Parts: sequence; structure tokens; C-alpha cells
Amino acid sequence: MRSETFYREQEMLGRRRRASDQRFRLVGMVLTLGTLGVLGALLLNLAVHGLSRIDWQFLASFPSRRAGEAGILSAWVGTLLLMLVTAGVAIPFGLAAGIYLEEYAPKNRWTAFIEINIANLAGVPSILYGLMALGLFVYQFRFGQSLLSGGLALACLVLPIVIVATRESLRTIPSSIREAAFALGATRWQAVWHHLLPYSTGGIATGVILAMSRAIGESAPLITIGALTFIAFLPPAPLMSQPPFVSFDWLFSPFTALPIQMFNWVSRPGEEFQSNAAAAGLILIGITLSMNTTAILLRRRAQRNIQW
Amino acid sequence: MTSPRPAPSRRLDRLLEGLMVWVLRAGGWVSVLVTLGIVITLVTESWPFFVEVPVGRLIHDTMWTPLFAEPQYGISALLAGTLVTTGVALAVAIPLGTVLAIYLSEFAEPRFRDWVKPMLELLSAVPTVVYGYFALLTVTPLLQKIYPDLPQFSMLSAGMVMGIMIVPYVTSLGEDSMRSVPMLLREGAFALGDGKLGVALQVVVPGAFSGLAAAYVLAISRAVGETMIVAIAAGLQPKLTMNPIDSAATVTAFIVQVSLGDLPHGSIGYQSIFATGAVLFLMTLGFNLAGHLLRRRFHRAI
Repeated sequence: MRSETFYREQEMLGRRRRASDQRFRLVGMVLTLGTLGVLGALLLNLAVHGLSRIDWQFLASFPSRRAGEAGILSAWVGTLLLMLVTAGVAIPFGLAAGIYLEEYAPKNRWTAFIEINIANLAGVPSILYGLMALGLFVYQFRFGQSLLSGGLALACLVLPIVIVATRESLRTIPSSIREAAFALGATRWQAVWHHLLPYSTGGIATGVILAMSRAIGESAPLITIGALTFIAFLPPAPLMSQPPFVSFDWLFSPFTALPIQMFNWVSRPGEEFQSNAAAAGLILIGITLSMNTTAILLRRRAQRNIQW
Repeated sequence: MTSPRPAPSRRLDRLLEGLMVWVLRAGGWVSVLVTLGIVITLVTESWPFFVEVPVGRLIHDTMWTPLFAEPQYGISALLAGTLVTTGVALAVAIPLGTVLAIYLSEFAEPRFRDWVKPMLELLSAVPTVVYGYFALLTVTPLLQKIYPDLPQFSMLSAGMVMGIMIVPYVTSLGEDSMRSVPMLLREGAFALGDGKLGVALQVVVPGAFSGLAAAYVLAISRAVGETMIVAIAAGLQPKLTMNPIDSAATVTAFIVQVSLGDLPHGSIGYQSIFATGAVLFLMTLGFNLAGHLLRRRFHRAI
């Protein structure tokens, strides 16, 4: 028989354990909410300083030496055109690489090398993509400090995100789907095109949105290639009223973009420029946060709708 | 009944198959080409710099002023800035990220976790230039109220904000690896009478160790490579100091500072940013590979 004191000690110990569990639960909860609170404080701060600055004039004006007259017209047009280049390059190549690695690649050293290479690329600092673009696109290929150079730099930067998202959503499809397609005589590509890609659209779209959101907010690579901050004109329009209707001159135009314009304003002294910076920041963060929220909701829906 | 379709042409199918294999394989090669592009550009453009500047001067000089008439090439002045800002960021992100990971994996209600995890991920979706604004114009003034001698540009506030930015990396990777620790281990420890916190700290955390370590290493890589926050809030003057209160330029901030000026192709300024870029690439490559190997080891062990 165990003595009375043994049981009393055990009970004390249990109570102490439950108390420390409770304490940790509280600490964890407080820290979680506190960390989210930083995001809230950041948004609140931007809104307080910048919200009153956002109006039609701000969206439709070029940058100016006078803070009150300055706007983000060339910046948001630049960002839009940059994303056109980035998406046009990163999505097809990312999809192809993802499909190849997940569905086609033999398990050998070369494949393992490509995989390690992609894992490393995902962690290369963004500014190094800017240095590559400066040396390679701007000077070697003579694209100049243009939308094309900037868009390509951002495309290289987000390529790993698209590849990884494509692979992960292909991986969730059970192999029975592939086997069923093969059993009916489909080639590998037919299985991919008619079955695997349609089932993984949700996951791939999520990855593409996240990649674009990352690219929109990047400024370091664009600064490195020498994107000017004072651009008081718009690139030539991609569409024309006369034949051939489409023009690619805009690709070689100098540009500015939202994050660069914001950086320019942040680094200037003076309350007024800083409220311009806050306004640009508010628009920028509004775009990236809503894109990310869309991606999260999309991922949830894709997970809920498909039950293998 | 649907009308019978003509028999598909197998030859066409096979032709398309052969074509697509090559198209897709080319996609895989592009990722290798990007790496090659980075490495070759860094090497060729910084080559003249390393030819001109002996390694001895990189180590022995105490100032980094490659653009001055009498240049100094002490890269330690830049490395010190990177080291301090990274240190401050990790001092915030590792404890905070780990506690959040333990809490979310072991303690939080599943519904709360499903709601909080994506919210936390939003923290890493904030553009870094916005974080820079926040550090310079909100956090620094706040810290100045506590410590009035804090200069306008300070590695402390840049590092702290950078820490908040990388919390989600630590939390989400850490939580994933803790959740993949088998339930049996936890149940064994509970059966021996341990409480939740004891099980978390003595069974789950050691079990998820290499996964957690991978999260830390990748967080270091992020912090070392982060550019805009430090360029905006930590200052652009290289300075050999270990004091987080001070302002100093990091490796990345130097590249930004030089890029902002006029930069003729082939000038010493142009070469110097590729040289510092090469140093940055080697540092992050080391951390990225270590992180990748640790993660793979963890997945094999589980």
C-alpha cells in the first residue's frame, strides 16, 4: 500500500502541472494576439497618416517636387505593366517546370540537383536578382533600365514560388487518377492536360496569386537595376487605334513603380512627403493583403471541395 | 447516345507527347539558368574588384569607403551591420516564433489555429518598404520615448521590425514540424503523468528539433538578405560597430545606397556592389543549403 502522503504529493504535482499549462496557454494567446496587433498598428498608422491623402488627384498626378501636388500615376501604371511582364514569363515557365519535376522527371541526380537548386533560389535575397538583372539584362542584353528588365528580374524572383505551388498541388492528386487515364490509353501529356491540371487549378491559382503579390511589393531589385524615381511621363500605350494595333515599345520604356515611389517619399524629410508615403503604402498594402486573403480563401475552398 | 467519335490519331498523340516532354523539361532548365545567371553575373562583374583589392585589405581595413578618393575596403564594417541587425531580428523572431509554434501546435483550439495561422502569414505579405516606413516613422519615435539618445536611424528598430516580419517563417515551419511528431510519443508521455507543457517541451520540441532548426536557419537567411527595412531605418553609412543603438549600413543597404546614385558600367562603384553581392550570395547559399538538408533529414526521420 502506498502511503497517504504519496497520493497527496501526486495530486499537488498534477495541480502544479495544470497551472503551468494554463499559464503557458495564456502567454501563447497573448503573444499571438500581440503579434497580430503589430499588423493592426501598422495598418492603423498608415491609415491615420495617409488616408486623407488618397483622392482622385493623387491617383491621376505625376510625382512632383511639391508634395501636395504629387501623385502616383506613373507608379501604378508602372506596377501594372511590370506585372504583365512578370506574369507572362513566370507563369508559363513555372508551370512547365513544376509539371516536369512532378510528373516526368526520372529520380536521378540531375533531378535532385534541380530540386536543391529551386530550394536555394527561393531563399536567394531579392536584391541579388536585381544585381543579376543589372549585369545581364540591362548591360549584357542591352534592355536598358526598362520595364522589360524589371519585369524579368521579378519573374526570376517569383519563379520558385510558382514551381513549388504547382508541384504541391499536383502531388495531392492520387496516383489512381493517373493510372485510370493511362489504362484508357492516354499519353502522359493527355493525363496532365485533361485530368491533372484541371484538378489542381485551385492550388496553382493560389500559388500564382501569392507570387504576384510578392512581386508587387518588391522594391530592392528594381532599385538595383536603376529604376528612376522621378518619372513624369507614361510608357507608350500597348494598344493603338491604327494597325498593327499592338505595340511593344512600352517594354523598353523607363519606369517607376509603387514601392519605389514610396521609398522615394519615405527618404525625404518633411511631414507632407511622409503622408504621401503613407498613402502610397496604404494602397500597396491594400493590394498585397487582399491578394493574399484571396489566395487563402481559394486554398480553403480547393481543399474543401475536393475529397479524394 | 452520343455519336461515335473518330478514332484518335495515335501518331499525333505521340508527336505531341514528345514535343511536350521537351517543352516541360526546358521549363525545369530555366530555374537552373537563373541560378547560373546570378552566379556568372556576380563572378564576372566583381572579378576586377577582387583582382584590384587584395584579400588582406578586405580583412584588415576597418572602414568601407570604396567610392572615396582614398578608398578603404574593410568589408567587416558592412558585415558588422548585417550581423547586428540579424542578431536583433533573431532575438525577436526565434523566441516569439517558437512560443507561437508550440502554442498553436499543442495548445490552441483547432478552430482558433485555422483562423490565426493565415492571419500570421499576412505579416510576411506586407511589402518590405512598408515595414521600413513603419520602423523609421513609428517604431523609432516610440523607442526614442524610452531611450531619448536613440538616433533617427538605428539598427535596433530596423532589426526589431525585421524580427516581426520573419516570425511567420519560424512559426509556420516550426508548427508544421511539431505537428508531424507522432501522436504515440505524446500519449506515452501523458501516460507517464506529464502535463501538456512538459510533453511539449520534453517530447515534441526535441522530436521536432531538426525541423525547428531548419526554420531558424531559413529565418537567418531571410534576415541576412533583407534589404529595404535596413536601408530605410538602419542608416546608409557603413560603420564598424556592434552597438545595436547605432546606425550602420548592412551589406544589402550598401548595394541600395550605391544603386541610388549614378552608376556607370564598369566603374569601381559598379564593381563594388557585385563584390558585396557575391559575399551576400555565399552567406545565404550556406544557410539555404543547411536549411534544406535539415528539413530533408527531418522528413526522413519522421
